[in-house]
Amino acid sequence: MSTRDLETKPVIGLEIHVQLATRTKLFCGCPLEFGAEPNSRVCPVCLGMPGVLPVMNRTAFELAVRAATALHCDIARFTKWDRKSYYYPDLPKNYQISQYDLPFSSDGYFDVPVGETTKRVRILRVHLEEDAGKNLHDNPAVTLVDLNRTGTPLLEIVTQPDIESADEAYAFCTELQKLVTYLGVSEANMQMGHMRFEPNINVHITRDGVVYKTPIVEVKNLNSFRSVRGAVMYEIERQIQDWLADPTYTLENRGKENRGWNDTREITEFQRSKEEAHDYRYFPEPDLVPVEISEAWLAELQADIPELPLDRQQRLQDEVELSAADAATIVGDRATADLFEAAIAAGGHGITLGKQFISFWLRRAKERNTSIAGLGIDAERLGELSRLTADGTINATAAARIAEHMLDSADTPMAIAQREGLIQVKDVGQMQVWVDEAFAANAKAVQDAVSNPKKQQRARGFLTGQVMKLSAGQADPKIVGELIDKKLAELAAG
Amino acid sequence: MAKKIDEAQVRHIAMLSRLKPSDDEVRLFSEQLSAIVEYIEKLNEVDTTDVEPTAHALPIHNVFREDVPTEPYGPDQALNNSPQRVGSFFGVPKVLDQDSGA
Ligand SMILES: [Zn+2]
Repeated sequence: MSTRDLETKPVIGLEIHVQLATRTKLFCGCPLEFGAEPNSRVCPVCLGMPGVLPVMNRTAFELAVRAATALHCDIARFTKWDRKSYYYPDLPKNYQISQYDLPFSSDGYFDVPVGETTKRVRILRVHLEEDAGKNLHDNPAVTLVDLNRTGTPLLEIVTQPDIESADEAYAFCTELQKLVTYLGVSEANMQMGHMRFEPNINVHITRDGVVYKTPIVEVKNLNSFRSVRGAVMYEIERQIQDWLADPTYTLENRGKENRGWNDTREITEFQRSKEEAHDYRYFPEPDLVPVEISEAWLAELQADIPELPLDRQQRLQDEVELSAADAATIVGDRATADLFEAAIAAGGHGITLGKQFISFWLRRAKERNTSIAGLGIDAERLGELSRLTADGTINATAAARIAEHMLDSADTPMAIAQREGLIQVKDVGQMQVWVDEAFAANAKAVQDAVSNPKKQQRARGFLTGQVMKLSAGQADPKIVGELIDKKLAELAAG
Repeated sequence: MAKKIDEAQVRHIAMLSRLKPSDDEVRLFSEQLSAIVEYIEKLNEVDTTDVEPTAHALPIHNVFREDVPTEPYGPDQALNNSPQRVGSFFGVPKVLDQDSGA
């Protein structure tokens, strides 16, 4: 039996950990620093010494509430923390402080652009917990433990199983990265492991009107968007094939399975599920007091939530008439989007500015491994360049040359244009002189343009180029084109 | 009367805690833990009909610290009491399964 006779519906939920952008850990003042010497950012609290007391980092809690609010979650007015027991050397207390039955937020949703449409994914819950340290397994005789990461504040976001494809899962993760960086909730740096993903995947297969469900597979610890897409894509196909080969491969018979992603081979691999691994023996953390959120505090936290990426993208499409793709690119980096809007406020020309952002500034920024905002060019100058281009003071070629100069000088675009002689000549009389001159010097091309149908197009282009050259790039190409056409028509009419 | 914490439960918790008690210890802990639980059950005699459930014993909430770094221990201090030190790392018996539960 082939997959063509089946109706298959992938059912995917995501569990995502996001590292919060605090300076210190969740329950102690140890500074967070990526790549520091092992065990140099630790103290009795995060080392799990007896007799110590954790104290909640206010900023971590506030960032968490801000993120959950942007995900349209209900914020609990009362929340507490719990101990999740398990024994592993990267967590020296033998328990993780997490939230079990009273998370600080639940029941939200996140709208994710997928192609031309928007997919709504419901959020089951968002809670605040501490990260574990790192175990290194390279040494054959001994496991090495670095506890610098222990106690790092993490947001755990759990979605409902609303996602139906690898592309949707990918879009959710990238859009979430955009959201948390917008909110200032996380740096969301993938290289530094600020976001980790665990998709839950199974497939509902309909055959002859009967629905069969494959076992739910949790793919552990993915740390790139690419691996999320790859793992989900692989799992959907693998589960269908495994069910076809063995009809007892179902959720009823097998329950849940853990698999790991092999990044090199791009496959998932079965992981023996630890016996009773889920016996975490949760109980309330007696060392932390609960948090009660007053209306006033909540209002204060929710007041400074900025316009969210998707809303902003829509507004730029409506107000500035940018294409969806261009708007998404500009909105992708908050500082760049801020700069774009500041440049328009400073008198810039929206559509032209959009074109210059995408075609010129973004390219230069990428070459320098930064964002457009990171190029350090102020909004006034960016706005002015777009305005000068839009009103015809300079042409597009001149704009690119001026922009090049702007990268390493603080001069205004107008000053550069004047200094470099790039102001567009609008004097039709002067342009006519250049046209006549070009025609006189290129008799062969003129002849082709008038009477050789095969070469007409190219000859006309050549003549335009000659005129632009004579004008040192300052002629208005549109008017030059008109003058050339007029003159060729006259010659043809003889 | 059946024990509150029977020997099977003691063995289960011991397994979760990576402990290997002897048979005598299992018997002993079962008796001791049962006695503790029975003692705590005395609380069930209190009439709590009109008492609101609480998540915490203390009548306080919202205890926070500001997000300001303090001076951490360096590796020397952190590793001072460690049974095994490898460079700046703690050395522990070889862990076979790679994924932590966190
Ligand atoms: Zn610490």
